[in-house]
Amino acid sequence: MAENNENNLLSLKNLQVHYKIGGGLFKTIKHVKAVDGVSLDIKKGETLGLVGESGCGKSTLGKAILRLTEPTGGQVLYNGKDLANVSQKQMRDERKNLQMIFQDPYASLNPRMTVGQIIGEPIRTFNLSNGGSVEEKVQNLMETVGLNRRFTKRYPHEFSGGQRQRIGIARALAVDPEFIVADEPISALDVSIQAQIMNLMAKLQREKNLTYLFISHDLRAIRHVADRVAVMYLGRIVELGQAKTVYAEPLMPYTKALISAVPIPDPEIEAKRTRIILKGDVPSPINPPSGCHFNTRCQYAIAECRRIEPKLVEIKPQHFAACIRISSENPHIEENVKNGLGVIGN
Amino acid sequence: MIEQNGKILTVNDLKTYFQTEDGVVKAVDGITFTLEKGETLGIVGESGSGKSVTNLSIMRLIPEPPGKIVSGTIVFDGVDVRQLSIDEVRKIRGKRMAMIFQDPMTSLNPFLKISTQLMEVTELHLGHNKKQAREHAIKMLDTVGIPDAKNRIDGYPHEFSGGMRQRVMIAMALSCDPELLIADEPTTALDVTIQAQILELIKDLKARMGTSVILITHDLGVVAGMTDKIIVMYAGKVFEQAPTFELFATPANPYTKGLLKSVPDPAHEDGTELYQIPGLPPDVANLPPGCPFAPRCARAEDICRAQYPPFVEINENHRSLCHFAKEVYAESVAEREKL
Ligand SMILES: Nc1ncnc2c1ncn2[C@@H]1O[C@H](COP(=O)(O)OP(=O)(O)OP(=O)(O)O)[C@@H](O)[C@H]1O
Ligand SMILES: Nc1ncnc2c1ncn2[C@@H]1O[C@H](COP(=O)(O)OP(=O)(O)OP(=O)(O)O)[C@@H](O)[C@H]1O
Ligand code: SF4
Ligand code: SF4
Ligand SMILES: [Mg+2]
Ligand SMILES: [Mg+2]
Repeated sequence: MAENNENNLLSLKNLQVHYKIGGGLFKTIKHVKAVDGVSLDIKKGETLGLVGESGCGKSTLGKAILRLTEPTGGQVLYNGKDLANVSQKQMRDERKNLQMIFQDPYASLNPRMTVGQIIGEPIRTFNLSNGGSVEEKVQNLMETVGLNRRFTKRYPHEFSGGQRQRIGIARALAVDPEFIVADEPISALDVSIQAQIMNLMAKLQREKNLTYLFISHDLRAIRHVADRVAVMYLGRIVELGQAKTVYAEPLMPYTKALISAVPIPDPEIEAKRTRIILKGDVPSPINPPSGCHFNTRCQYAIAECRRIEPKLVEIKPQHFAACIRISSENPHIEENVKNGLGVIGN
Repeated sequence: MIEQNGKILTVNDLKTYFQTEDGVVKAVDGITFTLEKGETLGIVGESGSGKSVTNLSIMRLIPEPPGKIVSGTIVFDGVDVRQLSIDEVRKIRGKRMAMIFQDPMTSLNPFLKISTQLMEVTELHLGHNKKQAREHAIKMLDTVGIPDAKNRIDGYPHEFSGGMRQRVMIAMALSCDPELLIADEPTTALDVTIQAQILELIKDLKARMGTSVILITHDLGVVAGMTDKIIVMYAGKVFEQAPTFELFATPANPYTKGLLKSVPDPAHEDGTELYQIPGLPPDVANLPPGCPFAPRCARAEDICRAQYPPFVEINENHRSLCHFAKEVYAESVAEREKL
């Protein structure tokens, strides 16, 4: 039996997804290293936020946990099983407990099914109507996510972008899962419905002890809903800690830049403020930079950053970072740079 | 030609309806606004309020049936778009007016390589040959921040991440330097750093080409920084319109105030529930009489439930659809003075 601390619902061990691209006649096959060795514990009942730039591997990580994309290495430990290596049939049964809200709702909703059928399908498959009628349960779910219960006979294309997103949310909730990967569940929604969905997710969590992996590029939202947050850069986790600590006192230069770029809903402040816009192109996951993946854009990079792959280490209690220029004795990179310290961590 | 006085777009009393199982959905019901050359207009409003349908109507992209533009005029640079033949519309669309769609997969073909789809646009509108079109396409992907564009360009849409697809579409929309750019939630799938980069790109296009922009977004942070003026939509109607600064400082409509209040505030303590406007957006196939916001409005009085509210002029540039617009405005002014 695979080991797993009992406070953890899921433990990812060195999880890896490398996609093959190219190929075909005369073309060489290349690999996109979308997820490149992620080790992470997800605790029972928590909301773990996952943030990072577009293309850094967030959706791939979420899908790999549920085997909606095949891991090319590593383990996903859940209830003593390694999900990365169980059969597809066994995996289908596990999906009763492990659900996903997809980033692109339209692509994940069957255009030929009515919304009532889409949400009702998992209820029928897993026989979950508890004696009541499936229709009734579907209508209640629709109401829960803020859709009019009379819309069950409509097709996905008859809904607006934000309405479709909520159909996906209702479908994931339909089976009463234990764990939900919520991939940008609110980014297509306006603020008032965002608030409604975030409040709803929090309520369900309290009532049913749900665990979420909440993927979002919106740091404001993550700050609000997540207990802990993991920051991802080019397939790796570079910072991990309590959401409010990471937001207030980020350790990594990358996280600092992310936070400084959050737009503020006030035209007066917006007109005055300066952002740290990261310089340099986002490197390619086909050919990531050696050493610390961030070295091509980091204003504090030194020669060693191109050689050493920093490991995620605990810098402050429960606050981890992967940078060779900080350590628990000297956690502030700006000071270390001022004092001329070179490699001190890792 | 219709005389326009420096206006690139005039939309007057636009109504777009859909025929559905449970009746006529009045998705857009009497929208009026103008856009000056070089100006940026923001459109905000809750999900389902008609933002996308308004703009799809301007682009003549409403699926008919079940949809139909039932009335109104849409004048683009002196030409009434509704009177154009489909061939004439195709010549303008993608070249003089371009749209970034909310859902990337509605405008990307899943079976065609990204390169093919991007090249088609400039081959058609700019007369590029294959080589020029390919170079241009790679350059555009670079500008929107796709790393290693020349190795990725021959991929298919499903091999791109959500945010990458959105950027492909932005590259497509910007590739012919349009005069009018309609951006429907252009940065929803993008993290803040790339969002900032894309917004800079749009600002640069404006500075270089004098492009006029309609920016639809639910992110009030984005509208705050990018737009000159804003319309707030609810249930297919304009609830408030004002210059950006004024709308944020002194809103004159209870609905706008609710929207502004529900933005997550990072300074907030934990455990606090976010403010949410109570209730649900209405079913536009079955609107109550009176003000469509009345069932959710804390301010509503009997008159709101009985009579449709007037579009009250606060000043020359500021209007609000509310029986109590002047009072709400006065309260906003008072609240602001207290700060
Ligand atoms: N093809 C269609 N058939 C029927 N109803 C439709 C169709 N397209 C849109 N609608 C309805 O028209 C209304 C307005 O939709 P629209 O897409 O303009 O909303 P929106 O303001 O863009 O919302 P969102 O922020 O969620 O994208 C919604 O109630 C929607 O359900
Ligand atoms: N099926 C696939 N085949 C090949 N490459 C893929 C595939 N799916 C994703 N990728 C690539 O893997 C990388 C990570 O993609 P992923 O969708 O996980 O990013 P993400 O962090 O979710 O980004 P976003 O915020 O834009 O949604 C990207 O470079 C993407 O192009
Ligand atoms: S290891 Fe080097 S490049 Fe990476 S974040 Fe630290 S200082 Fe920057
Ligand atoms: S008219 Fe009445 S219900 Fe409508 S927004 Fe004004 S106060 Fe509220
Ligand atoms: Mg994604
Ligand atoms: Mg829309």
